[in-house]
Amino acid sequence: MSSISDSTKLDIGNDARINSSQYLTFLLGGEEYGVDILRVQEIKGWDNVTQIPNTPDYIKGVINLRGAIVPIIDLRQRFNLENSSYGPTTVVIVLKVINHEKERTVGIVVDAVSDVYNIATDEMKPPPDFGGIDIEFVNGLATIEDKMVITLNIDELLNTASISEAETAAH
Amino acid sequence: MSIDITQFHQTFFEESFEGLDIMESGLLDLDIGAVDNDTINAIFRAAHSIKGGSATFGFTNIATFTHAMETLLDEIRDGHRSVSTEIVEVLLQSVDCLRDMITAQRDEEEPDGERITQLQQALDGLLGKENEDSEDDSLGGSQNKHDDGAPREWDISFTPHPHLLKTGNDPALLFRELESLGTLTTEVDLTGLPPLSEMDPEECYLSWKLKLSGSGVSEENIKEVFEWVEDDCDLVIKEIAPATATEEKPPREIPSNKKPIAKSVSKKSLTPESSSIRVSIDKVDTLINMVGELVITQSMMGNLDGDFEDFDHARLEQLREGLSLLERNIRELQESVMRIRMLPISFIFSRFPRMVHDLSQQLGKQINFEMSGEQTELDKTVMEKIGDPLVHLVRNSIDHGIETPEIRKQAGKPEAGSVNLNAYHKGGNIVIEISDDGAGLNKDRILSKALEKGLIEEGCQLSDEKIFELLFQPGFSTAETVSDISGRGVGMDVVRRNIRGLGGNIDIASKEGQGTTFTIRLPLTLAILDGQLVRIGNETYIIPLISIVESLLIAPENVNSIASTSEVYKLREEYIPIIRTHGLFGTTSDAEDLEDGLLVVIEGDGQKVGLFVDELLGQQQVVIKSLETNYQRVAGISGATILGDGTVALILDVEGIIGMSRKPGNGRNQHLEKAVA
Amino acid sequence: MASILAVDDSESMRQMVSFALKNAGHTVVEAVDGQDALAQAKTNKVNLVITDVNMPRMDGISLIRELRNLPDYKFTPILMLTTESTAEKKQQGKEAGATGWLVKPFNPDQLISTINKVLG
Repeated sequence: MSSISDSTKLDIGNDARINSSQYLTFLLGGEEYGVDILRVQEIKGWDNVTQIPNTPDYIKGVINLRGAIVPIIDLRQRFNLENSSYGPTTVVIVLKVINHEKERTVGIVVDAVSDVYNIATDEMKPPPDFGGIDIEFVNGLATIEDKMVITLNIDELLNTASISEAETAAH
Repeated sequence: MSIDITQFHQTFFEESFEGLDIMESGLLDLDIGAVDNDTINAIFRAAHSIKGGSATFGFTNIATFTHAMETLLDEIRDGHRSVSTEIVEVLLQSVDCLRDMITAQRDEEEPDGERITQLQQALDGLLGKENEDSEDDSLGGSQNKHDDGAPREWDISFTPHPHLLKTGNDPALLFRELESLGTLTTEVDLTGLPPLSEMDPEECYLSWKLKLSGSGVSEENIKEVFEWVEDDCDLVIKEIAPATATEEKPPREIPSNKKPIAKSVSKKSLTPESSSIRVSIDKVDTLINMVGELVITQSMMGNLDGDFEDFDHARLEQLREGLSLLERNIRELQESVMRIRMLPISFIFSRFPRMVHDLSQQLGKQINFEMSGEQTELDKTVMEKIGDPLVHLVRNSIDHGIETPEIRKQAGKPEAGSVNLNAYHKGGNIVIEISDDGAGLNKDRILSKALEKGLIEEGCQLSDEKIFELLFQPGFSTAETVSDISGRGVGMDVVRRNIRGLGGNIDIASKEGQGTTFTIRLPLTLAILDGQLVRIGNETYIIPLISIVESLLIAPENVNSIASTSEVYKLREEYIPIIRTHGLFGTTSDAEDLEDGLLVVIEGDGQKVGLFVDELLGQQQVVIKSLETNYQRVAGISGATILGDGTVALILDVEGIIGMSRKPGNGRNQHLEKAVA
Repeated sequence: MASILAVDDSESMRQMVSFALKNAGHTVVEAVDGQDALAQAKTNKVNLVITDVNMPRMDGISLIRELRNLPDYKFTPILMLTTESTAEKKQQGKEAGATGWLVKPFNPDQLISTINKVLG
């Protein structure tokens, strides 16, 4: 049974300037990451998951989202950060991911949701190879209010369609 | 004021296909010796409609082709020509050709011109046409040409016969038409009028002298106006000014050379998968009613919402009642919606009479083909997919099952073999039986073939069931020669795979010398499954009921291990491998020792295995949801469902599990290795 | 603006004829064969009947004959739609009491101009 099944849909403001996008940022392991707000479907509290056999650890399982079966990915584990336990502030961001022209719905577990920011395209710097996360998952870096925000390419990151067997076997 | 008639094309195509079906089944039913009038008339009318429609909508090639068929059929129904096998064959092939032509027209593609010409010539040949001109003015009305516009004058004497009015014609209207040609003066002649007492108000006693002058008006033009009444009047047309007006319609020639009829096997594929469905109004009305009831129940429950102080026992009762009513409404709604996707199996059964007819001719066998249960309904998608397997099985029966008339006579059987196709509902499934009274399956031949292919070992004893099972192995065919009819690389293994893919099963029963019956069982719908919920550790899984043989408490004395790597359970006479999901799925069961859990014996791919579970949690119908929508295919899992409490449960893929368990190190020995270590 | 009964067992023909007639401002009643047409004609008096010849249950010729026996339809224009070019069918039709005929195939314009000839 879920504790707080709190599902809020975000308001997409109409004041996006040309050549900028809005990002929803969240906290994970002390870092702040951002995802394109147009891809955010909703934000939920953590709920019980049904495990799927023979999948990498970071795929926690699937949940029932109003009748749809949605996989949930733990980003901490995905980024090989140290595990933390799920608590009342643990949040699941449900995203619309596009692979090979097909839309999928995938949820990610994060520590907490931060805010919504406008980031102009020219404010984004290309990511250096910092050996933490795979570059292909990162769109770019931006500085907002003295913070560094790492914007993610969720289509690459959450390509649930091609979790290969090799990966599964490897872990 | 031009109307776009292309909007009617679709209807024309649809009704033409229906007409072709009527023609085909009529032709197949036709008893050459005693032609049934109604049948031949129905066939004629269908052809006639198609010809008329295609001409109207401008599909000239279809119209021309159909015209020949129609003429032939007209001669037959008038008794001017008797029916022969040859005629029926040519007509049947023409029906096929026409079907292709109309399909080509509909899909805006090119039809097979060569085949059309061949059949056209065959038809013409039958009609005995050799360089004739047929009075074929059904293609396009003739236009009367006005000549050069010179002014002409005509004297017309028009005396209607007394009954002219009773044809619905009206002299006044005729004159109005004449006026459109030029200037008209009329002079009525009343001499024909009888005294009032003798006058019949419905008769015409008047006659007229008319003068018409106009530019370019020909005698033809005037005759045209009176065309309908030319037998009902005396008409004299005289030109006042000299002019020559000769109109001639050149005779139309249809050349035809006699050429041999080419044999074209009808390659009519089964209905392609379409993404729309015709639903009977009743089903829609039922749905609307169901939803109406749902709304009522909801508002009733809504009324229960009040101040919480009032929430007493009575309210609770009402709530309970409301919920059970709701459950009933929803169940009925669900059944109604399911029924929309259900269509009678006649849609695919209807192909068979023709196919059987053609095949039996080709193979020189006599077949009595009967179908029953055509009205049995099943899911549209299931039906589309079961078509090809059925075709394969029926072909098998005719090709390999039914013997030639000589052999049958020798065996004391009637020369004509029987092939039956039967469908009925049973226990939430649809059952389709294909049975024949042919030679039956030869067990020895199957065994020797299996031996040859290395599928079994020398001297191994197999039950009849297991022997027939061998037929489903890939590449297996006991036919001496792989005939192009049924051995075309589509084996029984593919048939079974297709059936399994639909969540169904196929069984064989056969007696040598007497015949064979294939029984296919299919779920009524793809979206819903009857499942057994089981608990393994913390997880709930669903096992399709159709795959469960039995469930039992484990008696430890029946557990044996083989080479200390796998466990088997002795169930009566069989040894069944035990599978623990730990190895398969990485989930741990609560129980370590077998005797603390249960064994669910499941069957798939001709094998039985026992799945070790902690607890049986009841049976229910579940709605199958795909994992692949948002994730991907997972081995051993065929889908997911949402349980009553909102959580997700995975549905086990029985065959997948059995396949996985055969690979070393999966599911059978993990815990043994642990124990050993 | 007339009330017309259109009889044809072919749905596409019925649709086209109906459409063309309605487009020209007339009201149309449809029937699928002779029997259906006779029943309809009895309940709704129409100004004009257009009928196909080859139909199941009751063909066009019989329909015309039956209609002419009804007092209301003694003088009503009845047109046959026919692909039959042979004199025989037209003759039969006339003997049964048909007013005239229209040869298939025809286009909607031809239909309208033909019926205008018989509508007062």
